[in-house]
Amino acid sequence: MASYETVIGLEVHAQLLTRTKVFCACSTAFGAPPNTHVCPVCLGLPGALPVLNGDAVALAVRAALAVGCSIRAASRFARKNYFYPDLPKGYQISQFDEPFAEHGHVDLEAAGRHVRILRVHMEEDAGKNIHGRGGDSIVDLNRAGTPLVEIVSEPDLRSANEAAEYLRTLRDILLFLGVNDGNLEEGSFRCDANVSIRPVGEEKLGTRVELKNINSFRFVEKAIEHEAARQEAVLTAGGRITQETRGWDEKKGTTFSLRSKEEAQDYRYFPDPDLPPLAIDEVFVARVRAESPELPRDKRARFAAELHLTPYAAEVMTQHPRVAAFFEEASMLHGDAVRVANFVQSEVLRDVTTHGLTANLPISARQLADVLALVDAGKISGKQAKEVYAKLRGTGASAADVVAEAGMAVVSDAGAIEALVRRIVEANPRQAEQLKAGKATLFGFFVGQVMKETKGSASPQVVNDVLKRVLGL
Amino acid sequence: MIGHVAEIAERVRAGETRAEDVARAALARIDALDGGEHGLHAFLAVPREKVLEAARAVDAKRAAGTPLGRLAGVPIAIKDALCTRGVVTTSGSRILEGWVPPYDATVVARLASEDAIAIGKTNMDEFAMGSSNENSAYGAAKNPWDTSRAPGGSSGGSAVAVAARMASAALGSDTGGSIRQPAAFTGTVGVKPTYGRVSRYGLIAFASSLDQVGPFATDVRGAARVLSIIAGRDERDATSRGASVPDFEAACGASVQGLRLGVPEEYFQEGLDPEVAASVRAAIDGLKDAGCTVRPVKLPHTRFAVATYYVIATAEASSNLARFDGVRYGLRVEPTGGDLRAMYGATRDQGFGREVKRRILLGTFVLSAGYYDAYYGRALKVRTLIARDFDAAFGEVDAIVSPTAPTPAFALGEKTGDPLSMYLSDVYTLPASLAGLPAVSVPCAPTKAGLPVGLQIVTPALDEARGVALAAAWEARSPARDAVPPLAR
Ligand SMILES: [Zn+2]
Repeated sequence: MASYETVIGLEVHAQLLTRTKVFCACSTAFGAPPNTHVCPVCLGLPGALPVLNGDAVALAVRAALAVGCSIRAASRFARKNYFYPDLPKGYQISQFDEPFAEHGHVDLEAAGRHVRILRVHMEEDAGKNIHGRGGDSIVDLNRAGTPLVEIVSEPDLRSANEAAEYLRTLRDILLFLGVNDGNLEEGSFRCDANVSIRPVGEEKLGTRVELKNINSFRFVEKAIEHEAARQEAVLTAGGRITQETRGWDEKKGTTFSLRSKEEAQDYRYFPDPDLPPLAIDEVFVARVRAESPELPRDKRARFAAELHLTPYAAEVMTQHPRVAAFFEEASMLHGDAVRVANFVQSEVLRDVTTHGLTANLPISARQLADVLALVDAGKISGKQAKEVYAKLRGTGASAADVVAEAGMAVVSDAGAIEALVRRIVEANPRQAEQLKAGKATLFGFFVGQVMKETKGSASPQVVNDVLKRVLGL
Repeated sequence: MIGHVAEIAERVRAGETRAEDVARAALARIDALDGGEHGLHAFLAVPREKVLEAARAVDAKRAAGTPLGRLAGVPIAIKDALCTRGVVTTSGSRILEGWVPPYDATVVARLASEDAIAIGKTNMDEFAMGSSNENSAYGAAKNPWDTSRAPGGSSGGSAVAVAARMASAALGSDTGGSIRQPAAFTGTVGVKPTYGRVSRYGLIAFASSLDQVGPFATDVRGAARVLSIIAGRDERDATSRGASVPDFEAACGASVQGLRLGVPEEYFQEGLDPEVAASVRAAIDGLKDAGCTVRPVKLPHTRFAVATYYVIATAEASSNLARFDGVRYGLRVEPTGGDLRAMYGATRDQGFGREVKRRILLGTFVLSAGYYDAYYGRALKVRTLIARDFDAAFGEVDAIVSPTAPTPAFALGEKTGDPLSMYLSDVYTLPASLAGLPAVSVPCAPTKAGLPVGLQIVTPALDEARGVALAAAWEARSPARDAVPPLAR
């Protein structure tokens, strides 16, 4: 029996994080009441004309450069013609045979796969149809005209797992670039997958099936796995794969046919006469390149090489751009990146919630650096640092104030501790003799007594030193 | 009778006439000439109250000592393809019946900023598709020189409004001749500017790469003044050009001494009415008298212009008209028990007229997979060749002169059964449209039957001023100067 390999190419649609839409000045903010972020242009009113938003071009170029594409000096917008209620003009302004960027690549670290990028093009998003009860539908055009980039890979992926890694890598890149908010649930990062299988060793591509609109990484993996298995079953049974578009039914865990190749629409692409060719010169590209934030892989490498984090810690500190920024700022303020990373990993990350581009960090980098500085200065213990952190969460308070208010200031005054130690030794003469005689485990008993008396606020180092001196150890 | 643009503006500015009186006079003429079964039917909407309000505002402005604009109190008719805030705009189509735009086209706003009075919305072939006005969903306008004849199209209503002196000027749009041909048919001055010279924002699109807004007026000076005001870069139209706008009016009266005129042989062949030929040749002789030299030029790709135009224009139209789907505005027809597709089908079937449907079908076909290269792709190539013809000709001459249309106004109903013969009435105007060049149509001597004839003057891109200068030089000598149709006297 032949064994098959899966061949996957992915098309990712990512909304660009511009403040305004791609061809008009309406806001792109998510969540407004339906049809409030609209104007004659994005409503497709008669006579209205599109004018390209330069910020969208800059973000699109930033994304394309990050996936190694070359930028075309001249590209064109084209109309993709089809009727749908969420498409106000009856066509989508997209790019067809002259995309603005092409020939890039994304490298997958875990899979060790070099995935070629065929092209990146700009287009406008459609609105949303909301289907109500009784068969009535309403259309919300707030999203219509939101800028998108479509990033099309070559069929270089070989498993559902690789596809998921590709999507995560790409999402992280766009997230760190500030190009896209990475929200799969809100539909700002969407993916279609072209899936085919072929006998291992075969060069020719099999007939491909397009899986549409899969809205989570988990579903992508499951949908591709299911689809590859379905195709293998068809071939094994002597059948043929039909070229078609299929959807993913999450409840049933299966793919299902949406339309066949014969039913595929003829979009009648042609150059949009309302928009002159898009000219992107080298100066513009150089400026975008210079302004581009650091990519996640570069950040990881730098955290490991320059800040001496372990590869694991570097990975954890770059899980989200806000976490990375928080970590870097706190490291700079405090000076010891490794200690900051440890504290972030052991304490802070437990309380971090991320949602797309937003990440809620419970305290500021300044507060964190101050807490660690108090530990350095011997003012609080490491254990107290965690308590101070807990008290600081969600407040703008200063670490020093919290320590003072809680009466936590560490007793590190050797004189005061010595007086206490002498009192405890006198109160426990038998244990003191036994310790002096060599029963080392009793040392902890005395440390514990001191800590109990000071409610944990004594500096452990000072307690150790004083105990040894007083008992002549 | 409503006078020339400059005349009215100067009188209103000087306080010799009140804008309100001019507006009332214009409205009275519209009442007398336009309405009813025997009326000219140039207007689809006349927002009487808004007109008087605007006129009173101009008078109040003057009373307050505020300087008035260059079109102070001038009644200007607006083609119904241009959006006017608060005034019904249909583009001559049933599918937009009753639609009130929430915004003004840029050109409409620019006229208002110079204190012009938008007197009403003019009749037109549906979505500017036609050469006779007979494709208007609301019935054709009539030619005031002979009401049994077509005023031309698609901007027929604008041409009639000016010809019958119901307005001093009008805005039209020209895609393949839709300003020039009706100007020729009605004895008015019409200018199609260079593509990109005038903003298209708010012009309901027919064919975006060809559409251009331009003026009609009773005289060249009036057209030049309106053009100076509407021309120039508009941030809302990415295809509008940044070139500086000269004062075109200053070109009226400029010397044309020594200008070289080219006469394209291809335009004086089969299909040209002999009376039109004679009238146009006489006009060319008149320009010779004014100091121009004349020589033949070749525009060898002229014979492909009609085919090329009807591929490109219909392709763009098929896409431009997709937005009329019954979802957001305009007509919606919902067959009982029908689904979304049925709604689309019924709405567009009932909303669009025959010619519009014909062009949508043609355009959809030429863009279809498997046909694109043979039709649309090839048409784009031929379009380039046609533009090169003009480039080559303008290496030898300063302007190209020809008849605007091959015949005088034809009878209403004469060509409605034969779309191709209708298409051929634009044969002389299409090439300049395809090349994006500016062109003026100016009246020359009428036919024996008293029908107007137009001289077309095509000049290099952005050189409208030269066309205006030549048109003014001819106008000064033209027997058709200030001619008013008998019914409008
Ligand atoms: Zn908008």
